[in-house]
Amino acid sequence: MSSLPAAGNQLPREHYLNATYGLRSWLLTTDHKRIALLYLISVTFFFAIGGTFAGVIRIHLLTPNGYLVTPETYNKLFTMHGVAMIFFFLIPSIPAVLGNFLIPLMIGAKDLAFPKINLLSWYIYLVGGGFVLYSFATGGLDTGWTFYTPLSSVYSNSAVTPAVLGVFINGFSSILTGLNFIVTIHTMRAPGMTWFRLPLFVWAHYATSIIFILGTPVIAITLLLAGLERMLHLGFFNPALGGDPILFQHLFWFYSHPAVYIMILPAMGVISEIIPTFARKPIFGYTFIAGSSIAIAVIGFFVWAHHMFLTGESAYAALTFSLLSYLVAIPSAVKVFNWTSTLYKGSISYDTPMLYALGFIGLFLVGGLTGLFLACLGLDIHLHDTYFVIAHFHYIMVGGAVMGYVGGIHYWWPKITGRLYPEALARVAAVTLFVGFNLTFFPQFILGYLGMPRRYHSYPPEFQVFNVMSTAGASILAIGYLLPMIYLTWSMRYGKVAGRNPWPATGLEWQTDSPPLTENFDVTPEVTWEAYDFVNRPDLGLDVKSAPSLAPAHGDD
Amino acid sequence: MASQEERRVHRTGELFGQFETMEQQRESASLGMWVFLSTEVLFFGGMFMTYTLNRSTYPDIFGEASRSINLTLGAVNTIVLIASSLTMAMSVWASQVGKKQLLTIFLILTLILGSVFLGIKGIEYHEKFVEHHVPGLNFNFEPGASVATNAHAQLFFSLYFAMTGLHALHMIVGAGLLIWLIKESLKGRFTPEYSTPVDLIGLYWHFVDIVWIFLFPLLYLIDRH
Amino acid sequence: MPLYPEQASNFAPSVDALMVYITAVCLFFAVAVTAAVIFFFFKYRRKTAGEIGVPIHGDMRLEVVWLVVPMLLALTMFAGGAVVYVDFRRPPMDTLDIYVIGKQWMWKSQQPTGLKEINELHVPVGRNVKLIMASEDVIHDFSVPDFRVKMDVVPGHYNTLWFRPTKPGKYHFFCSQYCGTNHAVMGGWVTVMEPADYEAWLSGSSSADASPVDAGQKLFAEKACNTCHLPDGKGRAPSLNGVYQGKVLLADGSTVTADDAYIRESILAPNAKVVAGYQPVMPTFQGQLTEEQILALTAYVKSLQSQPVPATGAGIAPAGKK
Repeated sequence: MSSLPAAGNQLPREHYLNATYGLRSWLLTTDHKRIALLYLISVTFFFAIGGTFAGVIRIHLLTPNGYLVTPETYNKLFTMHGVAMIFFFLIPSIPAVLGNFLIPLMIGAKDLAFPKINLLSWYIYLVGGGFVLYSFATGGLDTGWTFYTPLSSVYSNSAVTPAVLGVFINGFSSILTGLNFIVTIHTMRAPGMTWFRLPLFVWAHYATSIIFILGTPVIAITLLLAGLERMLHLGFFNPALGGDPILFQHLFWFYSHPAVYIMILPAMGVISEIIPTFARKPIFGYTFIAGSSIAIAVIGFFVWAHHMFLTGESAYAALTFSLLSYLVAIPSAVKVFNWTSTLYKGSISYDTPMLYALGFIGLFLVGGLTGLFLACLGLDIHLHDTYFVIAHFHYIMVGGAVMGYVGGIHYWWPKITGRLYPEALARVAAVTLFVGFNLTFFPQFILGYLGMPRRYHSYPPEFQVFNVMSTAGASILAIGYLLPMIYLTWSMRYGKVAGRNPWPATGLEWQTDSPPLTENFDVTPEVTWEAYDFVNRPDLGLDVKSAPSLAPAHGDD
Repeated sequence: MASQEERRVHRTGELFGQFETMEQQRESASLGMWVFLSTEVLFFGGMFMTYTLNRSTYPDIFGEASRSINLTLGAVNTIVLIASSLTMAMSVWASQVGKKQLLTIFLILTLILGSVFLGIKGIEYHEKFVEHHVPGLNFNFEPGASVATNAHAQLFFSLYFAMTGLHALHMIVGAGLLIWLIKESLKGRFTPEYSTPVDLIGLYWHFVDIVWIFLFPLLYLIDRH
Repeated sequence: MPLYPEQASNFAPSVDALMVYITAVCLFFAVAVTAAVIFFFFKYRRKTAGEIGVPIHGDMRLEVVWLVVPMLLALTMFAGGAVVYVDFRRPPMDTLDIYVIGKQWMWKSQQPTGLKEINELHVPVGRNVKLIMASEDVIHDFSVPDFRVKMDVVPGHYNTLWFRPTKPGKYHFFCSQYCGTNHAVMGGWVTVMEPADYEAWLSGSSSADASPVDAGQKLFAEKACNTCHLPDGKGRAPSLNGVYQGKVLLADGSTVTADDAYIRESILAPNAKVVAGYQPVMPTFQGQLTEEQILALTAYVKSLQSQPVPATGAGIAPAGKK
């Protein structure tokens, strides 16, 4: 059964989209909601580029001797797929699009703390992206997104320097976004919005922002040194000149591991919003979900060398990092159990965002659990650098983060645009995505255990069956992505008008117009209710008596 | 951005539209600067780590190379920079007690000292250039020495230039910020009620000073017999 | 359709056992959670338009249970993996040592007798084999899925990998660290033979290459190492007799085990670890020796393990002395 109300409303007369007109009013905006849309367009662009590369890769891998592209081109394709997707899609996506749009609304503020810096972040992202696109266009990049030295700094003949410069610059976009979020969440909450009344989406972004500001500077300096090494023939990471390639790996992974938590924490925040809304009950274990976000951010800084178990690092180091890697899995498990428990005795509807959330739980479960295989030292000897790893991280990044992102876009689409998307088609797309995804990536676990290494443009013939399955899945997955792009665009003009709170949901953002005014609230709200409280909210128009109320608001905290 | 009616202009400071009160604005600005400085710690930290690890791997060559940089100039620069932090702190005090003229004077003094620092740095770099100690530009540490010796020495100098260069870049940005501050203070913009830019740029300046306080012993003083 | 490779080494059964155990535990939780989600999804579907759910905020006991139980299970997974890994990282003393060099985009290996192979490795079944690996250019990785072993091959470092083949046959090996254009075709075959066949193969192959030990001995003289490292310990440098795998006392008071990596470091960065009682006067040979030459010198120094250790001027701390 769907949550949606009867149609027939009108869009509000004035809102952030029509408040001012003209290209300048968009390119020089400081409205966090417009900046979010600017990011939406740019990240979608990079997603399309990265996705196209992935498509070519999968088609090429249909046959063991891959005659579609040359080895050089193949190596560039997987590298550029990784760089585009990780740095220019996954890392910014939820924070820069949904976070930017929603955080001020969720805490009752008129905008972020530093609106101009917010706009600057977007321009920095564009400049970084420009350098990377320049690298792609002038020779491409073939070092792997991990830029291991001395391959990247000495031996590669591709356009490494502009790519490294582009990623370096893009890092500052992340840093400024994280800075903006942290200050905003600390100082600009509306009266009554205490820390423990904050939506979990905000907690998730707070944790993510900690990683933004502490981790990103390290990759910045690492890439700077690697770039200088390449340009000036210096020797930081080149053993022929006294340097150490393993030092590069330590510095690189010190950021890049926490970076994966940047990619997943916001998606977890989205799920924590969707499930209470479509089960119409509070999240189970609020404090534990909030706390687990912080725990993941902190512990996530101490596991980086699990990417280096087989570099010859000391066995003591390996043991330590393996143990810590198991530790960082626990908070994620806690979240999954809490989300599942939220469904118990709920009043569940099957709206599209809920389908994405449930799909997320299933896929993140597989992705997260397979991390336990890789953290296991004895198993990692066999699984390191195989397709098992590829399957693991795609389950989390695509099955997790991207589903969270797309689910979030659907969930807040009415707020962002004032309109609803076609529900039936959206459900079909969600299921298509889920099926296509599993078919694409599950066979890769088996390929990995059989020993197929990563980054191979050709492979022994015994691996072909699973590769063909994977490519078939990818074609279904592609449809799952294309459909929303089409109907969401269609809905901006022809979709049913949504009204303020179509689902309805309990957050502050749903008390504004859809779309909201530029300054969000006519009057600064005063918060007197707990998060996800459906019982004490008569304004939602729900039948409160249908569920017997239990103990007072704070059951567990 | 907020519409015109929403911006309440205080006597000397403007309340930006996204904030409810000046207090909130001040708090946000201050927290923002502290968060930014923490990112800078991690930024320089990566290089400090690289330097430290390499120093312990090649203690002899690094020691030799380190002894070839000008200790006197480095020491003078350290004193100059600490003095500039003093004048910066004095300017923050001056703005807090409303002594506008003193504020401008101390800001100018800070700028002068900062420029002296940069000038001396320029002299040091020139010295290194003349001695062929600049990696990538005819580097030759010890003519006739083994390939390894020159390679390791180049490692030292690469890190030396990267670390002091990045620091100098931050100083230049700081100098630019000071010029803007001096302009605004000449307009009488800063009062005891509103001195946020002075406070924040002061924080930034002190941070850049602290980075140097770490750089100096690491690069110049260790193993200097 | 096989779901796992052949088990052809001593490690394969333990690695597979780990896989089965972790799969079982994860499958249990995955099925349990998925079943719960699906069950709740249908059982608690919305019946009327304005219905809300029961406001349950949480349960501390449940939180503790599902925090502690996964943690304990995770510890068992950690422990199981740690045991296998530590075994893997500690080669036994009695190994057949084969030197391997990876370079873009081929593998060169050399048997103890000096016999060289390209993209091939012949080993006897039932013997502990240790591969001592170096790279001439970028990072590579030597992996044999049927043995369940792999190890990065890093320029500027030695990495060792050991295994004991348990079944004769031919097994694929791959490069498993992206190394450039032909990374995907930089592989070959490990041939495991019965010991008699292996001996026959070794002597039967017409290869006039000197063994690494002989090549190393020649280099030791050519590069004038023997002018300081006198066997009787009376030179400017410690005698190298018996040093391999022994405990060396360093000038800073610490002791270190003289393994392959130590020997290599002593050649390339001699002042990193100076032996107690000696001056740091040894020049570095970085940039003057190819990887193969370094491997040969290492092999020669290792061969001195059985030579008589002088009473004074020894590299290792002689028995009885502190």
